Amino acid sequence: MKFKTFIAFVGPSLFMMVLFIAFPLVSVFTQSFYNKSQEFERVEVETCTPGFPTQTCVTEVKSRPVLDENGNVRTTTEFVGLQAYRDVLELDRAGAAVRAGSWSQLMTIDFWKALRFTLTFTLLTLPLVIGVGLAIALAVNNAVRSLRGPVIFISLLPFIITPVIGALSIRWLFIGDGILTAFLEWWLARDIAMFAQGWTIEVMMLLYRVWHVAPFAFVIFYAGLQTVNQDTLESAIIDGANRWQRLRYVIVPHLMPLIIFIALIHLMDCYRVFEEIVGFSSQAHVISLQWLTYDFLTPDDAGNRAISRASASAMLTMIGIVLLLILPLRRTWRDHKGAH
Amino acid sequence: MSTPRAMRQSLALRLGSAGFLTFWCIVAAFPIVWIGVMSVKSPVDAFASNPLDVIMGPVTRAGGNGLSVIGIVLGLAVLYMSGRFAMRNLPQMVARFTQPGTVLLGWVIATLGFAVLFIVLFFAVLPVILSGLNAIAGPLGNPVLGLTTEHYQAVWVENAFYRNFVNSLIVTTGVVTVSLTVGTLAGYGLARSGSNLAFWLLILALIFRALPHSVLVAGYLPVFINSSEILRPVFGDAAPTLYGQPYAVIAVLVAINQPFTIWMLRSFFHNIPTELDEAARVDGCSHFQAFRRVIMPVMWPGVITTGLFSFLLGYNDFLVTSLLLDAQNQTMVPAIASYFNRETTTTDQVEAIAAAVSITAPLFLLVMVFQRQIVSGLTAGAVKG
Repeated sequence: MKFKTFIAFVGPSLFMMVLFIAFPLVSVFTQSFYNKSQEFERVEVETCTPGFPTQTCVTEVKSRPVLDENGNVRTTTEFVGLQAYRDVLELDRAGAAVRAGSWSQLMTIDFWKALRFTLTFTLLTLPLVIGVGLAIALAVNNAVRSLRGPVIFISLLPFIITPVIGALSIRWLFIGDGILTAFLEWWLARDIAMFAQGWTIEVMMLLYRVWHVAPFAFVIFYAGLQTVNQDTLESAIIDGANRWQRLRYVIVPHLMPLIIFIALIHLMDCYRVFEEIVGFSSQAHVISLQWLTYDFLTPDDAGNRAISRASASAMLTMIGIVLLLILPLRRTWRDHKGAH
Repeated sequence: MSTPRAMRQSLALRLGSAGFLTFWCIVAAFPIVWIGVMSVKSPVDAFASNPLDVIMGPVTRAGGNGLSVIGIVLGLAVLYMSGRFAMRNLPQMVARFTQPGTVLLGWVIATLGFAVLFIVLFFAVLPVILSGLNAIAGPLGNPVLGLTTEHYQAVWVENAFYRNFVNSLIVTTGVVTVSLTVGTLAGYGLARSGSNLAFWLLILALIFRALPHSVLVAGYLPVFINSSEILRPVFGDAAPTLYGQPYAVIAVLVAINQPFTIWMLRSFFHNIPTELDEAARVDGCSHFQAFRRVIMPVMWPGVITTGLFSFLLGYNDFLVTSLLLDAQNQTMVPAIASYFNRETTTTDQVEAIAAAVSITAPLFLLVMVFQRQIVSGLTAGAVKG
């Protein structure tokens, strides 16, 4: 294919990606160094109230917003350097917390709290998703053929459901005296409030995420299991390998590329954990990095959006995903070079 | 043929495997089924701590809303018959009444017609017949199962949820059409070019896919809000404010979806032998003609699968739509946030559940119809790419 035809085919897609992905990235990068603020002026106001024998007059200095000719508040945009990053990271408070060795103090700072949750969430769900997915795939592969279709249908439901709705549906099972909370209370014979502390919410989020993603891992592993080399399996049997050894030394190595693929996709998707926070309304206890940016972007009570801080936290989030992906990408690059 | 002894499984293993599978199926389906059950009960029943109360709904029944044994039997019969009709007779009817070129249109009309007929039959005709039957049936006509559709009525009629539904429809249709048009071209180009540039574009797309969406939205938001001022030099006074416009959201979602779409389509195009293009080229087609007349006709399964995943992205999105659309143009998923944030009374909660079930129902149908395509789409990316 000639270069010109290639560009003609890829052009529209490339144009959209540049306009709506690459360009916003650049603009986020620049925004993070500027701060847009409303202009205020300080004026002396003399207020007089009628009195006897003379009126009492008070002069005070008030600050009021400067209006432009349309009656809107005038805003200025100024270069603030790394100020927005400092506001998000709060390094001096974090440093003080680290020096004092106080973990709970560090966790009062939104960014570090969000980072802690995002990383633990990603790393804890990863093995669970792969393990559960593999277990379901093995069990389905073991089941009667006529049952497989319905089981796949049921398994796809949690995967396909809207993430916010999925999180909500789990939340409604537990909220207040929801049936699962009632069941747990009856089982453990104690009073339980699932939404009163951070760690129970985190456990629910973890369960939700595994429930949501395990079907994806299952379908891919199931497809992989169909292509396991039967000869290798048979020779393993002849060599006296038991079921566990066959799984460990034949099947899992065969599935290894798929495990890496799922791990990669899961890292990307889990790092942007967000819908769980909305669905479980957990912002008071648990927040994630993406939610932090979202929170800066939503207008506050006065209708202002903290664009500058949102950009800074967005850039920090992005640095995180790049660090997380460097290892897998280096591997792909080596494979590509090896193939040529 | 008996299985060899070494492959035979012990009873414990078989039981364990079957037990685990049953457990998984219950875990997978339970939350979804449960919100479906909760959505048709009165608030007291829906949040009762005894599961049997939630299923049977005594308070709902006491409120005069319930199904009798006859009602349950008749309702299940209608459901079964309409399901059977949709699976067997509908495809035949479509095949009989459509020309080869208009099959897709025929299916759209058939599905819509079927949906309207079903809703009329199930929610308008059936209750009338049932009330007559229950009156003359004696003990069999007494309600046994509490069931009410008042929350659905409150959501769809009083709170005008249909407006959000229409917005969702606009956004998802736009996202699917545009991203497929742009994506098939790019996917074909990338699959047929072995150059280094193509490799780097794919890696770039992979990095773009990993970006958290909030990072991108942080870039759009200020531009979209001020777009009328920014675009004024170009368009004059007709410059639009992009914030709150569905078409702006469509463009954003298409772009976000593009990396995934081109990866998936590329792997589908890879499965089509290059000899096909070469034959077309020898016959005098240009690259584009070969793509349109020879490759696209055999690409439909891949396009449908990718379209499904684009649909899911547009339909399920919360972050982009909630930040870039204003209240009038809200799609269904962000609209539900206003329900559960309100949540002052338990009635509000059950209404939120009814809205959630309404959002899930189309997805449920989607899995039923397109299960095979979804599975093939999931595996296409992994096993071959």
